[in-house]
Amino acid sequence: MRWAVIEMCETFVNLDIVVPSQTRYLRLVGAIAEQLAKELDVQEDTRDTLAFHLNLALTEAVANAIQYSSAANSTDSVRICFSVEDAYLSVRVYDHGGGFDLAALPMPDFDELRERGRGIFFIRSVMDSVQYHKTDSGNVLEMRKKLA
Amino acid sequence: MRVAKEVRDDRTVLSIQEDRIDAHNSGELKDLVLKTLEGGTKNVVIDLARVQFIDSSGLGALLSGYKNASLRSSGFALAGLQPRVRSMFELTRLHRVFDIYPSLQLALSA
Repeated sequence: MRWAVIEMCETFVNLDIVVPSQTRYLRLVGAIAEQLAKELDVQEDTRDTLAFHLNLALTEAVANAIQYSSAANSTDSVRICFSVEDAYLSVRVYDHGGGFDLAALPMPDFDELRERGRGIFFIRSVMDSVQYHKTDSGNVLEMRKKLA
Repeated sequence: MRVAKEVRDDRTVLSIQEDRIDAHNSGELKDLVLKTLEGGTKNVVIDLARVQFIDSSGLGALLSGYKNASLRSSGFALAGLQPRVRSMFELTRLHRVFDIYPSLQLALSA
């Protein structure tokens, strides 16, 4: 794993992490997300919930990125960028797979007991906004959460 | 994945010894539950008391177990859900699907 702490202030502003595209790193990614929640400027009574929600959103997003990447390149890595601006935490997860159309993903049918297809639903449930962009250098899932 | 397997009366209890179920170990859980059902047990209880976190793939593995058990007319229950784990079932309304008990003891006495 490579760490690139670009900038650390009293409250962190930017943090970049690159992990190998392997599911064994999901635990570490989740732990980093939980630890970040402890560093952020939020109300104490919301901190535990925020930690859980960041852990969940990051776990799902990175698992997706690993799944997309593994089809293309097994030695790939996943880059995660955290930043705080204007009381919003922004988390971007980059993948190098074929990408998908976020807007076209349906809400899960709760009566249909499918084993897959709930990851993005969980991310949408715990974050304030989710966007997915395809770019020439790869795809990025951007998740934002208000810190107030 | 570390799992303690124990047969109690007519039930097979699988106690998950991990604090986290995610895409790294959920495939193992799915296979283990399937093998347990294939072994002929008619009642499976999954003890999740030690599990503090489960993701969508973990829910998928448990749903696989539930569906396989139903096909074989076997019982399939979950016990000891921690608050974060329970919230995942509630968000997806799966708490209405699974047979869920607050503790292993209550699941075994049901």
